[in-house]
Amino acid sequence: MGKVLEMRAITKQFPRVLANDKVDFDLESGEIHALVGENGSGKSTLMSILFGLYQKDSGEIIIRGEPVEIKEPRHAIDLKIGMVFQHFMLVEPLTVAENIVLGAEIRKGPFLDYKKMVQEVERISTEYGLKIDPEAKIADLSVGLLQRVEILKALYRGAEILILDEPTAVLTPQEVDDLFEVLLALKAKGTSIVFITHKIKEVLAISDRVTVLRRGRKIGTKPTSETNEQDLAEMMVGRVVLLQVKKEPAKPGPEVLRLENVSVKDKFGRLRVNNVSLSVRSGEVLGIAGVEGNGQSELVEAIAGLKRVSSGKVYLSGKDITNWSPRRNRAAGMGFVPEDRHRRGLVLDYSVADNLVLGIHGDQPFVNRYGFRQQDEITRHAEGLIEFYDIRPGAPAQAAKHLSGGNQQKIVVAREISQNPELLICSQPTRGVDVGAIESIHQRVIAQRDQGSAVLLVSAELDEILSLSDRVAVMYNGEIVSVMPIEEATEHKLGFLMLGGHPEEYQKSGVSGSVDQA
Amino acid sequence: MWTKLKSLPWYEVLLPLVAVVLALLIGSGFILYVGENPLEAYRILFTESLGSMRNIATTLQRATPLMFTGLAVAFAFRVGLFNIGAEGQLYMGAFAAVWVGITFDLPRFIHLPLAILAAMVGGALWASIAGYLKAKLGVHEVINSIMLNFIALFLTDWLVTGPFHGGSWVPETVRIKPSATLTRIYLPTRLTTAIYLAVAVAAVVYVILWRTKRGYELRAVGLNPEAAEYAGISVSRNLLIGMAISGALAGLAGAEQILGLHNRFIVRFSSDLGFMGVAVALLGKNHPVGVLLAAVLFGALQSGSAALDRLTSVPRELITIIQGLIIFFVAAEYLIRRLLRLKEDA
Repeated sequence: MGKVLEMRAITKQFPRVLANDKVDFDLESGEIHALVGENGSGKSTLMSILFGLYQKDSGEIIIRGEPVEIKEPRHAIDLKIGMVFQHFMLVEPLTVAENIVLGAEIRKGPFLDYKKMVQEVERISTEYGLKIDPEAKIADLSVGLLQRVEILKALYRGAEILILDEPTAVLTPQEVDDLFEVLLALKAKGTSIVFITHKIKEVLAISDRVTVLRRGRKIGTKPTSETNEQDLAEMMVGRVVLLQVKKEPAKPGPEVLRLENVSVKDKFGRLRVNNVSLSVRSGEVLGIAGVEGNGQSELVEAIAGLKRVSSGKVYLSGKDITNWSPRRNRAAGMGFVPEDRHRRGLVLDYSVADNLVLGIHGDQPFVNRYGFRQQDEITRHAEGLIEFYDIRPGAPAQAAKHLSGGNQQKIVVAREISQNPELLICSQPTRGVDVGAIESIHQRVIAQRDQGSAVLLVSAELDEILSLSDRVAVMYNGEIVSVMPIEEATEHKLGFLMLGGHPEEYQKSGVSGSVDQA
Repeated sequence: MWTKLKSLPWYEVLLPLVAVVLALLIGSGFILYVGENPLEAYRILFTESLGSMRNIATTLQRATPLMFTGLAVAFAFRVGLFNIGAEGQLYMGAFAAVWVGITFDLPRFIHLPLAILAAMVGGALWASIAGYLKAKLGVHEVINSIMLNFIALFLTDWLVTGPFHGGSWVPETVRIKPSATLTRIYLPTRLTTAIYLAVAVAAVVYVILWRTKRGYELRAVGLNPEAAEYAGISVSRNLLIGMAISGALAGLAGAEQILGLHNRFIVRFSSDLGFMGVAVALLGKNHPVGVLLAAVLFGALQSGSAALDRLTSVPRELITIIQGLIIFFVAAEYLIRRLLRLKEDA
C-alpha cells in the first residue's frame, strides 16, 4: 500500500529545549505505529506539528506523496488527519451527535437538522463498529465512551490518519481492552494510526511498528515483532533498566497501621468504603489492588485525614488516630503520596524547593521561632533530595510546573519518604510516570520498607502491585474481598477478584477463569 | 535576590508595559479626533505630572491611597480572593481613624499611630465579615464584599450626617485634632509622610508573603487549596487571615485620606479609590513593587489630567479612557501574548 505519511528531519526549537532534532517518522497505510518515549522526549511535539498546532522550524512533511505545509489544525483536517488528545474537548451539556458534528453541522435552511445528524453519527458508528448512543448526553458518559466520541469526531471529519495522544492514560484496564479492539477494527478498515504512549506493554500488544524518541531525537524504528520489553525500555531510557524491582523477602515487625471496620461516605452520603479491616506491619508492603473507583481513594484519604471516617477506627502504632487532621497525622509519623500530584501533592507554581517542604514547611529548621522562613535551610534540604532522587532539572528555584510528570512525582515521593514515616501510604505512585522514574520510585519505596516502615500501596497497575507488595488485598465495591500473601497472587487471580469474582469461585473455576471474557 | 529576579519571566514585566503603550496609542486616536496633536498632549501630560519636583509630589500624593488599596487587592489575590470590597473597608477604616482623631486628646506620637491603627482594625474587621462568609459559609467574596460596600457606604453616610455631623451645612464631621494629622512634606502640595508609610507597608507585605511561614501558607491556599489542605494548612483560617490583612491595608488608604488629606470625614470622599485598587493590583501583577509603580502611573495620569483640561481642548475624561484601556489590555493578556508571539512559550 505504501506510505501515507512521511516526516523528514523535523526540527523544533522551543525557548529552552530542542524538542525535535531532525526526527524522521513515517506511517504505512493501515498500520498501527507506536510512538514511544519518556515524558519530554518530543513525541507529542512531533505529532502536534503534524496536526498544525506547532510550526516546525525545518524539515518536510509528505502526505500521500505530496509535500504539504500544515499551518493550523484546519489544514490537517483537510488532509484527513485526525487527533485525539489526552484531555477531551467535548461540550458537556450537549449530546454525542451534537459534539461529533460540532463545527461541521448539518443544516436545513438556517436551522440545524438534528435528525440527520443523529442518523449520520449512527451510520459512522456502525460502519466502524464503535457502538455509541448518539443522543446520550456527554456529561453522562464514562471516560472510555468519551474517548470513543473523540475518535468518532475525527472519523466524521474523514480522518484516514488518526493520532492518539496517550489514549490509555485515562482508561481502566477494561476500557483499554475495548480501545484496542476499536483500533484493530479501524485498522482493518484501512485507517492508519499513530499511537503515542510511554507504556511498553501497550506497544507490544497493539502496534505493528514502533518508533522510539529520546530527548528530541529518534533512536530507532523497529517492527514490533522484532523487539521486546527490555529492549524498548533500554531504547527509551538509554541505559539498562530494571523492570522488576529487586527485593529481599519482607521481615515484618510489629503492627503499625490497624483499620477496624472503617466506613467512609462521600458528600452525597453514599457508602464508598464499607466496613474495611486491615493491618499493615512494619517492614512490609501491603498492596491494595482494584479497579479504580472501588473505594481505594476514599479509604486512603480517610486514613490521611482528608476525608471523614464515618464509622470504625484507625490506629497508628496503637494510637487511635481516627479523623485526626492531616497535620497531626503527619506529626504522628504518616507519609502520604497522594494519587493526584497536581490536585493534592504539589503547588505547581511553587518552586521545587518550596514543594519539597510542603507539609513540613512550619517545622524546624525551615522556619525560625519568629515564623520567618529559613531560605538557606530550605534550599539545602532541596539540594540534598534533588541529588538523592535525581530530580531534573536540578534547580531548587525552578517552578514545579516546569518539570516533567516523572520528576514532579519524584518531588512528592522524595518529600514523603525523607520524613522517614512509620507509615508510608502510596496511592498510584507511578501514574503517568516514565520507565526510568518508575524504577527509581519503586526502589525508594522498597528501601523505605527495609528501613522498617509499613507501606500501604494502592495502585491500578497490577504489575506494580505484584512487584512491590508482600501481601495483596483486593478491593471491590468498597469492600476488601480478599487478602493473600504475594506468593498466592497472580495477575489472573487478582483480575478475577477485582471484577467482583468471589474468592471461592476462583478456586473452583480453576486457571482458565472467566476473566478473559469479562 | 538576583537569582529570584532572573528567574522572573521577563514578560511579567513586559506585559504591563505593553498594555500601557497600547493604551496610549489608542488614546492618541481620540486626541486626533478632537483635533489635537497626541505627542503634544502626552508631552503636557508628562511634564505636568512628572516634569518638576512639585508635579512629582502631586503625583505621589495622588498615588498614595492607590498604593494602599492596590496592596490590599493584590494581597487578597495572592490568597486566591478577589477583594472587590476594598472601597467599603476603606470607608470603615476612615471612619475609625476620624473617630480616634476627634475623640481623643493625646500627644502626637501616640495619637497619630493610634488613629492609623484604628483605621487598620476598622478595615480588617469589615473585611473579616466577608472573609467569614467566604471561609465558613462558602458565600463568594465578590458578591458579599460588593454588598458590604453598600452597607459601609450608607452606614458612614448616616454616621456622618447623624451622630457625628460637624454641624455645618456640609455633610462632614468636625476636624480631627492636629495631633492626629499626618505631616506634609512638600509644601504647597499635600504630599504627606503617608508616602513613606506606603513604601514601608509594601516592603512588609513582601516580607509577609515571601519570607514567612504564614505567607507560604496564604499563597499555597491561593494557588492550590486542595494541596494546602493535604499539607495540613487550614484553608478557612488562611482565607480569613488573608481577607483581614487585605482589609487592614484598605483601611490604611482611609487613614491616609482622613489624617493626611481631608482631616475630617466628608461623606463619600473616596471617589472609587477602592475600585481603582483592583486596577492597580492588576497592572502591578499583584507584586508589591509592581503595585507601587502602577499606583504612581495612575497618580500621574490623574494629576496630569487637570493640566490637559486647562492647556488643551482634550477633555480630562481621556485619562479615564486610557485607564480603562490599560486595564483592558492587562486583562487581555492572551491577546498581547499573541501579539508578541509568546503563544508557544506558555
